[in-house]
Amino acid sequence: MHIVVCIKQVPDSAQIRVHPVTNTIMRQGVPAIVNPYDLYSLEEALRIKDQYGGRVTVLSMGPPQAETALRKAISFGADDAILVTDRAFAGSDTLATSYALASAIRQIEKDIPVDMVFAGKQTIDGDTAQVGPGIAKRLDMLLLTYVSKIRDIDLENKTITVERRAEGGVQVLKTKLPCLVTVLEGTNEMRFATMTNMFRAARHPLKVWDKEKAGIEDVTKIGLKGSPTIVSKVFAPTPKSVRAEIIDTESNQPKDLAVTLLAKLFTKKPDLAKDIAKNAS
Amino acid sequence: MDEKFDAIVVGAGPSGNSAAYLLAKAGLKVLQIERGEYPGSKNVQGAILYSDALERVIPDFREDAPLERHIVEQQMWVLDDESYVGNTYRSAEFNKEPYNRYTIIRAQFDKWFSKKVQDAGALLICETTVSDLLMDGNRVIGIQVDREGGAVYADIVILADGVNSLLAKKAGFHPELDPKDVALAVKEIHFLPQETVQERFNIGEDEGVVIEMVGKITQGMMGTGFLYTNKESITIGVGCMLSDFKKQKTTPYALLEQMKTHPAIKPIIAGGEMKEYTAHLIPEGGYKAIPKICGDGWLMVGDAAMFVNAVHREGSNLAMTSGRLAAETVIALKEAGKEMTAANLALYREKLDDSFLMKDLKKYKNMPEILHSNPQFFTTYPELVNRAAHSMLTVDGVDKKSKEREIRGNFVGKRSLFGLMGDAFKLWRAFE
Ligand SMILES: Cc1cc2nc3c(=O)[nH]c(=O)nc-3n(C[C@H](O)[C@H](O)[C@H](O)COP(=O)(O)OP(=O)(O)OC[C@H]3O[C@@H](n4cnc5c(N)ncnc54)[C@H](O)[C@@H]3O)c2cc1C
Ligand SMILES: Cc1cc2nc3c(=O)[nH]c(=O)nc-3n(C[C@H](O)[C@H](O)[C@H](O)COP(=O)(O)OP(=O)(O)OC[C@H]3O[C@@H](n4cnc5c(N)ncnc54)[C@H](O)[C@@H]3O)c2cc1C
Repeated sequence: MHIVVCIKQVPDSAQIRVHPVTNTIMRQGVPAIVNPYDLYSLEEALRIKDQYGGRVTVLSMGPPQAETALRKAISFGADDAILVTDRAFAGSDTLATSYALASAIRQIEKDIPVDMVFAGKQTIDGDTAQVGPGIAKRLDMLLLTYVSKIRDIDLENKTITVERRAEGGVQVLKTKLPCLVTVLEGTNEMRFATMTNMFRAARHPLKVWDKEKAGIEDVTKIGLKGSPTIVSKVFAPTPKSVRAEIIDTESNQPKDLAVTLLAKLFTKKPDLAKDIAKNAS
Repeated sequence: MDEKFDAIVVGAGPSGNSAAYLLAKAGLKVLQIERGEYPGSKNVQGAILYSDALERVIPDFREDAPLERHIVEQQMWVLDDESYVGNTYRSAEFNKEPYNRYTIIRAQFDKWFSKKVQDAGALLICETTVSDLLMDGNRVIGIQVDREGGAVYADIVILADGVNSLLAKKAGFHPELDPKDVALAVKEIHFLPQETVQERFNIGEDEGVVIEMVGKITQGMMGTGFLYTNKESITIGVGCMLSDFKKQKTTPYALLEQMKTHPAIKPIIAGGEMKEYTAHLIPEGGYKAIPKICGDGWLMVGDAAMFVNAVHREGSNLAMTSGRLAAETVIALKEAGKEMTAANLALYREKLDDSFLMKDLKKYKNMPEILHSNPQFFTTYPELVNRAAHSMLTVDGVDKKSKEREIRGNFVGKRSLFGLMGDAFKLWRAFE
């Protein structure tokens, strides 16, 4: 079982602040982390490896600093790491990113066949949730999104059975390998790295691929050129101006409070009485 | 399989980085463990870097270190509630290279330093806490970290884990810190456009200013305030002895908030985007509070060993210097084929005694006690000095001689003549 896990390095959004006056993002000193959603897919892949044996390769496209994210993945137990980095990738949107990653995965396959590709549900910076499906389409892999549990893998028949969160319920799906899985958050909890793996991560020789090594055939499909998305404006939504109101009655009895509250509600929404009457009939 | 190194350095602050860098550069097999997410992640923002100490570790550091501004002006303010009396020293000499002092942002600086350490060949492992020292009798033989398979061995363990070294305490090298030997300091950074910083302080592109403050801002507690200019921000902070905070039941945050409303300080930081507070302990017990600093298989450097000169606000340079001397000691012993025994490691103590580090700490050894038992230095005097200045500078028809008489009367009224003479003598002795 060879699983490729795609991880992205993102700014720690918990530490980004929007300036209250200028509405601009305060980037100063914001540390980079592994996209939190990707940790769920990495842990899931590692569990499969623990149970069924095999190999986990982590793959990331990004600037040279993304090395840290890959080393972190190794400290958790990934076997190998590949960083796809080249100035030519700068400005890639989801279309270009999935093209580049798909191309890199094809290169990985030349060494060891890939049974599954794992991706996070989405990132916390781009938030599009498009890259996983984009890779699947390009590699002509079956696609399982929003997976909340891996029930079973049948090594002999090369099938996988998963639970998938869908609107209004959980689907149980079985499909043939190879396939691409995007894992839902909260599916598992990332393990605590052992010291042996910390040493391995610190010493591991990363594979760094430029666009040639990543097997990019058509350079018009990567970077800015390959990215039809245009971000025309980024802004923070203006906070609502509605204020909380403190309701005070003379007696402060629950009943009086309720009556006052209802009276307020009905004055604020004149149609409320009508709506209630309509629904009741 | 057990991992074994020539040296393990616990901590990736200035002291640990200096030691690890020199050891690795000398070809030793070095492991450095840092509990933070990355070096600098746990360190307070904004500080003064003293070039000399770093130069002796990395001579060409100016080529790529993230330096903010070199200091061209130093101010000292004595504050009352509404006013301050100050002196300023600014010199064109400070604009001649090589510069002597810089402002830095510690998070960036520590990251840079750590990169040098790793390039020199040391193995760095972050997000890992050393929880115990491994002992063979009295001898330290390695460390235990908070991870599975966490025993790692070495000929020497260098404790560079900063103030309040839990490891040293656990191993019994160090008693519990006395609250009167540590200050608690808070800092915050206010981002301002580069031009605004330069206009407010009348400085050029790479020039910087340091303001040291004493007086009413510490509300009678023993401590100081400070303000530095960075490239696009201003660092402001205040620190007081932990024992005083306990007594007064104030928090450092409240103190800093109050300080920022002072009419002399408020306009300097006005309009800045504030980045959150960082609070940190500073060991300020001085010479008399220095614990045992070496033993069989271990050495202690930096804040862990109480190497801070509180009078001159020097810490990181003492950290780097002790880190360097520790490394030099270990390298010398290795080269001579000697064991890392307490007796052989005493060379470290000799090197320290010979350096400015111990000499300066010795010089001020009585300072902490004097200030502890004489709170008037932080309350009465600032008030009197400010009143005197105000009186002399107000033109109101009263002759200057009468004003002088009144000022003298104020001083003696608040503090007896003997008290005044005694204070002057104490201070003179302490600085002598
Ligand atoms: C509003 C907005 C602004 C943008 N601004 C810029 C910009 O200024 N500059 C710029 O270069 N790009 C920009 N992008 C593009 C975008 O951020 C990404 O670089 C990229 O296209 C991935 O999209 P995503 O983050 O939405 O990933 P998703 O589709 O949400 O990610 C799903 C999963 O795909 C995998 N994945 C995604 N990206 C990578 C990767 N790089 N390496 C490995 N695995 C990955 C991860 O497993 C991830 O969990 C912007 C996008 C948006 C929506
Ligand atoms: C508010 C404030 C302002 C200051 N301003 C200045 C200034 O302007 N100039 C100056 O020279 N000095 C200044 N100092 C003092 C200076 O910061 C210290 O003296 C210096 O950082 C000491 O370096 P160090 O390497 O000994 O310790 P630290 O810098 O504290 O580094 C110790 C490192 O060890 C790590 N660590 C601790 N325990 C463990 C463990 N068990 N396992 C693994 N890792 C561990 C910590 O995470 C930390 O990174 C200031 C201090 C404060 C608090």
